[in-house]
Amino acid sequence: MKKVMTGHKAVAEAMRQIEPDVVAVYPITPQSEIAEYYAQYVADGIVHTELVPVESEHSAMSACVGAAAAGARVMTATASQGLALMIEILYIAASMRLPIVMALANRALSGPINIHCDHSDAYLARDSGAVQIFAESAQEAYDYMIMAQKLAEHKKVRLPVIVNLDGFTLTHSAQVVEPLEDAQVKEFVGEYEPIYPLLDVDNPSTWGPFAMPDYYFELKRAQQAAMEAVPEVFLSVQEEYAKLSGRPYKGLFEPYKLEDAERVLVVMGSTAGTAKVAVDELRAKGEKVGLLKVWLWRPFPREEIASALEGAKVVAVLDRAFSFGNMGALYLDITSALMHRERRPIVVNYIYGLGGRDTSTEQLMQVLQEIKDAQPGEGLRYLGLRE
Amino acid sequence: MPSIKVLAKREEERVRFTGGHSLCAGCAEPMIVRTVLNAIEEPVVVANATGCLEVATTRYPTTVWNVPWIHSAFENAAATIAGVEAAYKALRKIGKIEKRIRFVAFAGDGGTYDIGLQSLSGALERGHDFLYVVLNNEAYMNTGVQRSSATPRWASATTSPVGKAIPGKPQDRKDLTEIAAAHHVAYVAQASVSHLIDLANKVERAMKYEGPKVINVLSTCPLGWRVPWDKSVEIAKLAVETCYWPLYEVEQGRYRITYKPRKKLPIEEWLKPQGRFRHLFKSEKGKELIAELQTAVDRHWEELLMKERCTQEG
Amino acid sequence: MAVELKSWRELPIGGVIPGGATPELNKTGSWRSQRPIIDLEKCIQCLMCWLHCPDNSILIKDQKITGVDYDHCKGCGACAAVCPVKAIEMVPERGGA
Repeated sequence: MKKVMTGHKAVAEAMRQIEPDVVAVYPITPQSEIAEYYAQYVADGIVHTELVPVESEHSAMSACVGAAAAGARVMTATASQGLALMIEILYIAASMRLPIVMALANRALSGPINIHCDHSDAYLARDSGAVQIFAESAQEAYDYMIMAQKLAEHKKVRLPVIVNLDGFTLTHSAQVVEPLEDAQVKEFVGEYEPIYPLLDVDNPSTWGPFAMPDYYFELKRAQQAAMEAVPEVFLSVQEEYAKLSGRPYKGLFEPYKLEDAERVLVVMGSTAGTAKVAVDELRAKGEKVGLLKVWLWRPFPREEIASALEGAKVVAVLDRAFSFGNMGALYLDITSALMHRERRPIVVNYIYGLGGRDTSTEQLMQVLQEIKDAQPGEGLRYLGLRE
Repeated sequence: MPSIKVLAKREEERVRFTGGHSLCAGCAEPMIVRTVLNAIEEPVVVANATGCLEVATTRYPTTVWNVPWIHSAFENAAATIAGVEAAYKALRKIGKIEKRIRFVAFAGDGGTYDIGLQSLSGALERGHDFLYVVLNNEAYMNTGVQRSSATPRWASATTSPVGKAIPGKPQDRKDLTEIAAAHHVAYVAQASVSHLIDLANKVERAMKYEGPKVINVLSTCPLGWRVPWDKSVEIAKLAVETCYWPLYEVEQGRYRITYKPRKKLPIEEWLKPQGRFRHLFKSEKGKELIAELQTAVDRHWEELLMKERCTQEG
Repeated sequence: MAVELKSWRELPIGGVIPGGATPELNKTGSWRSQRPIIDLEKCIQCLMCWLHCPDNSILIKDQKITGVDYDHCKGCGACAAVCPVKAIEMVPERGGA
């Protein structure tokens, strides 16, 4: 049944239906309402979850690590500075192969302090070893939170999974969401089967040892293998969910009028929705344009995305954060993937939308037009910046 | 009251912490850890902050822990054990676990007084059922004897060294035990490696309570304090006999000093044998500083006696 | 430790060390420069040495001292220091003082 709900309500609903054993969470704009909704469920006794209202995000992720290693199903949510504060433990959670699912209400990193949307927080976690998925809408945020649980807990994966949803744009705007039934979600995610749980006191295990140079490398290589297993599991979880929900999830990214596109936008998050409109408008005028919307950002689907883009003439990669000192992070992902292909488009990099700056349909149409003149090897372009 | 024989029987039946670690010869930490673990009847899960204990007991792929044990970072032993305890509560609620399990965190003074203070305070405020044991050797020993806020005034540490201008750490140390007591948790205590049975008794009394419990244990570091490696117990005993480190507990807000020295020794007895205070005995200025320290110890001891009188009468 | 180093493929998940304590993998007895000799005749079985040993190296059976685990004893001398009847003597490990 279709409902109207904000993105954070959608995320909270997904969490409620998954009903984790432990939620350790600390408030930060624009995530706070997720914690508030969940706290209400707990206060009303409709979930068995132990809510741990920690005193900082660092403790939030630490408590999540303790709870997950103990053998419980664990979820949390944060944004921006909160992610920055917990980043140490996020890396550790990934190294410990703990399937913690976290909603990240994308918000700009300070400074200056800004509470609005950009992807600098997600980018901070890029190399953490956590899986990262981007949602375009509240519906996708809801759906991916549920898929994330199954993906995270899969025996071949066992990694933290971050579901990114744009702060304010998605978290605070009311949209149409069609949730599943409680029982459907419960069945889909199934029972959590912990590995070497701390609470199995008859079989003690040591978690988080000290590793010298003789073992650290091997332990990290093993972690890399888990990341490499993600795409296959992601696709199979998606397939199962598509059947269950009837929604057309298929692929590590969503191609939109991409097949014969000569000029392509690559974007992550809610701006993809605007991009679809821009593409439609130009297509109506006969322009061969298209969109590649990234769903799975980490691990990065190098070959799949390179194959989808190699036939285009020009690709405009939109990064919603700086990676100071070089081109945007998504641009770097894409160009390195295309590097070894025989056919390669010209790739242009736009930094856009920082600190909540809105991007209009017209601006994206303008981008698709102006990249006709793009030259290879250009530096950064800035969308909507007052020069 | 667990007698020494009871502790020994328990360890024979279920050794929780073995040899095979690389803590220094004569280190007080394993003495304390063994006693704490043997003093608890029920099964335990341990969280351990980064530090000597953690590093030396779990060099991959070896471990000396025969209980479930987790380390993740330096400042979060309390938050980590809070998560484990929350998981236990949740799984117990839905009938997935039935056993009674207890939760213990070990952290050093660095990982508690300083970087771990917030995490501890939060866990105390939230009322999780856990015992937090501070292994207090009065400095960041694992990284090379740097000063912490537990380092006593005028001790020499590598980041508060004795120099031509400044004779050691100029700041007084925090009173972590009182900070914990100010959270109004059921049980807080101060103990020492020199009085392990007193420690065992305190652990047993603490574990009778559900909720947060904190025991701050003085733990000699022969290397950091510059004492011979077989003198761990003897030196810590001097801390107690000079009333520098009183053995007391705060049980439901009532103070009780669990050991009162028959003869209170002057603070010199505690300072003299330790290399980290040696400089105080080399000059007139040093004598002044020692007198200062004596005044501070005396005052703190009197305050503690007063607290005991006040809270026991109520 | 003369244990063969494993390939990354053989390591348990997440850096976890399952299966409990592995004292046999680190025989710290090699650290010693002096060793404790317990005179079991003098010993009053108070168990103070057992209580204080940092390395679990005072062996007991039915709560009675039986000897020393020389595989792990680091020779710190804490046992000798706490023994109330001086039943433990620390002797040099390799002859000389």
